Amino acid sequence: MINKGTWVEIEEVVLTPENRAQTIPEETKITPLKAWIRGNCLENCERGDAVEVITNVGRIAKGIVVEVEPGYYHTYGKYVKEISHVGKQAREMIGQ
Amino acid sequence: MNEYEKFMVKKNEIMLKSVGIDFDKYETGKLAFDYEGLMRDVGYCLQDVKAIQQEVGVGNTPLLELKNITTLARKSSKTGTAARICVKDESCNPSGSFKDRRASISVYDAMKRGYKGVAAATSGNYGAAVASQANIRGLKCIIANECYDSRKVGQPEILEKGRKCESYGAEVIRLTVGPELFYAFLKVLDDTEFYNASLYSSFGVAGVETLGYEISEQCREKFGKDPVAVVITHAGGGNVTGTARGLFKADAASTSIIGASVDLSGLHMASDIAFNKKSFTTGHTGFGIPFVTNPDRSDVPRSAARPLRYLDRYVTITQGEVFWMTEILAQLEGMERGPAGNTSLAAAFAIAQEYGDDDIIVVQETEYTGAGKHLIPQLNFAKENGIGVFVGDPQDQIPGKNIVIPSHPSIVSVKDVDLAGLRNSYINNALKKVHDNKLNEIDVKFLSEETKMDKQEVLKVLVQRDIQVG
Repeated sequence: MINKGTWVEIEEVVLTPENRAQTIPEETKITPLKAWIRGNCLENCERGDAVEVITNVGRIAKGIVVEVEPGYYHTYGKYVKEISHVGKQAREMIGQ
Repeated sequence: MNEYEKFMVKKNEIMLKSVGIDFDKYETGKLAFDYEGLMRDVGYCLQDVKAIQQEVGVGNTPLLELKNITTLARKSSKTGTAARICVKDESCNPSGSFKDRRASISVYDAMKRGYKGVAAATSGNYGAAVASQANIRGLKCIIANECYDSRKVGQPEILEKGRKCESYGAEVIRLTVGPELFYAFLKVLDDTEFYNASLYSSFGVAGVETLGYEISEQCREKFGKDPVAVVITHAGGGNVTGTARGLFKADAASTSIIGASVDLSGLHMASDIAFNKKSFTTGHTGFGIPFVTNPDRSDVPRSAARPLRYLDRYVTITQGEVFWMTEILAQLEGMERGPAGNTSLAAAFAIAQEYGDDDIIVVQETEYTGAGKHLIPQLNFAKENGIGVFVGDPQDQIPGKNIVIPSHPSIVSVKDVDLAGLRNSYINNALKKVHDNKLNEIDVKFLSEETKMDKQEVLKVLVQRDIQVG
């Protein structure tokens, strides 16, 4: 169970495909416009429940719980060999 | 009408409440509006803007001469000469980019007018800038962010920008791809009655004028003259417009205004598939071209960012060349900065080689770097999304298919975008609003100012399109 007050991420369908703008590409139009919002849940809940959250600015938003205590996982990642020549070559050219 | 269309009818009414600008009062013709009047009504002159920015630690960033990069440009140049390349280190602003200048005036205005919070729709550095300024001024902040494709996969750069906004305590609404970002944003404005810190409002553009002004001041102090050219990363047009206006206010009339965008031609900005096939989320042609030819496609009825009025030249550069320059800046100058800000630096490296050794060329921004906003995660992300990354000739790049890191500095080059063609497209777009084939004198004058074409040229184009003037 996710306790009331836990920091969670909720998912909301903002526009279903038929309600989207007419001018967008077909591959986008077949998908719903979704939004994810983070906040403290206002009641005990489980993943997949519809729940209200209070956001950082005190706004109430409603959606399906998809993550508990969402973090940040973007990083630098692997060595990229395709840029390995750049610095060495430039230094040689300017006589360093 | 579907749900989206029904709600968008309310757009102007919500905008009026959320930016406090009655745009209707500036309309003067069928196409014309009083642009200078809109800018004047900001109510803060350049000195006021400077003072507001000084109070919050924005602006007065160092102008650094990149001596090693200049040497490399001369070694790469066919003539052996290249202008001295300088950069405004805008990463020194509180949230790490020039966007603090843009946010500072809007947020100040929101505070003065008693709004409880500010909101902005952006996936760029601007969100962090608004959130940071809001904290200094004691306001709440909501950022709507076009963040993911339909699989909930997001570019490392956008994920980082969302993190940064949250680190300032802002609420971040992360959305899937699509222009209906503005729908979600308008709904939030309607619900919260927050101030719309639009990127395209007159306040935002007025905030950038200090950047152009400082460039002239610092160049005169350091070198005894104005730069021969300022290279500006161009996306929505506010950076070009504000910088150029600041240079004009400093009387730097001889300085060329050069816009530079990353070439992402062929990738549709609203495509769920193309979304993660690009390695740049801003400063690219997907924004650059449409905003030049139709500046009012923004979230305010009349955008204060009108780049075609100011551009003397517009060039593109490839993704691989910008990544290359990001590495060069770190390796030769000891400055690790985010790739997106280096678009204009990569262009300036090539353009400098067209000038003499005594000329000065200024690149007017850098941005902060970190996990996500760095070439390594961006190149790794590209590879994970099926983009080929290889060393070779950047001319072989195909946006969405590959990224080519230049094999040698001498092949780094810019491509000129045909400004005459863009002026033509601008007029075509503008004329879509004219249904009876008639325009007034004031509209002709407006089109001339908007496109930097003289009146006779505009009249010639109008005759070709069967438009009567009178």
